[in-house]
Amino acid sequence: MNDPRPYRKFAAGTQPEYSHPSYVSTIKRAPTKPLVLLPHTKTETMGPVFGHSLVTARDSDLTAQHEGEPLGERIIVSGRVLDEDGRPVREALVEVWQANAAGRYLHKADQHGAPLDPNFSGCGRVITDADGRYRFVTIKPGAYPWGNHHNGWRPQHIHFSLLGAGLLSRLVTQMYFPGDPLLEFDPIFNSIADEKARGRLVSRFDWETTQPNHALGYRFDIVLRGREQTPVER
Amino acid sequence: MSASQTVGPFFKIGLEHLHRADLTFPGLRGTAITIRGQILDGDLKPVPDAMLELWQADADGNFSENKCEAQGSDPSKFTGFARIPTDDEGRCEFRTIMPGKVAGADGSTQAPHIAVFIFMRGLLKPLYTRIYFAGEAANDVDPVLNLAPAERRASLLAIKESQGESFVWDVKLQGSDETVFFEW
Repeated sequence: MNDPRPYRKFAAGTQPEYSHPSYVSTIKRAPTKPLVLLPHTKTETMGPVFGHSLVTARDSDLTAQHEGEPLGERIIVSGRVLDEDGRPVREALVEVWQANAAGRYLHKADQHGAPLDPNFSGCGRVITDADGRYRFVTIKPGAYPWGNHHNGWRPQHIHFSLLGAGLLSRLVTQMYFPGDPLLEFDPIFNSIADEKARGRLVSRFDWETTQPNHALGYRFDIVLRGREQTPVER
Repeated sequence: MSASQTVGPFFKIGLEHLHRADLTFPGLRGTAITIRGQILDGDLKPVPDAMLELWQADADGNFSENKCEAQGSDPSKFTGFARIPTDDEGRCEFRTIMPGKVAGADGSTQAPHIAVFIFMRGLLKPLYTRIYFAGEAANDVDPVLNLAPAERRASLLAIKESQGESFVWDVKLQGSDETVFFEW
């Protein structure tokens, strides 16, 4: 990724702060001293790029990675990866991971009593096309309890990781589902002060990508950090 | 832009396919080095569920435009990118080459350095820092390193061990020796 222009500043309230005590894990992990403002040098304006050998067809269909079909509600999650000027981000690596329909991750540290599904691993990846599009077939993840606070439950979500538009456009986020009653109680979702910015992490139900007798469609567009208009460095 | 959210505790299932603990290969130009470190939280307890992403120039100070490919593909291309998890003791170790000096803004020169993003449960957005190398003369004029307060600058330095080309670089998330993190 060879664009020498620095990145724009984050708009106020659109990104979480490191310290967010209602999300208890931040208390011992968030930095406490002032951050040093970073000039964007070549180190930051460039960044890694990713080849198609990293993704196979199986990687974008999380329902087809095992002998049988996973349990749960089959869904199609698709959208575009854009920059802040609305331009598609091509060749971005999009990686996802999620719990199964019962709310359990295939991870040794997940102690939730819900069952694992032998037909679901819960991870996938794709590289965006020339229009910045991506598409996954998966199952709707279940909500699950966590120990952050009394009777804490994470809303249903899919983790997204994005790389490929320069180092400082790096983004890891979570996609949520419309109408989830747990959203208003979730300290991670509510760590984003700006209501509109929070809303952008909620996918929308989409008739256009819903397939008859097969799967519901959810649309989730992702906007990566944009660049300033003029380069500061040659 | 879309808001950041934590990677949570279970990111390994989605991200480990890009774990690379060794960026070197036969024929790669440059001095092979090993960097070992430990990540500690505000109670100085090791962080066993963190992940680093590294990005660095090659030995000549150029950033690669080679694509990162699947494990087992032709490894003889330097990409400058690696993803490293911490182990149960919060430790990580990786092998790479000493990066060259990199051009900075306005004709300045940056000392050899490795850019690091740190991800973990409890970080709603990644931390950004840099690894510099203690004793490197170019550190004195590096335009980024010298933005850090003088009394905290040492937290950005990897220290050479007595044997071989091996360095130690620890991260303290909080406290009096807190690592310098950048607002990126």
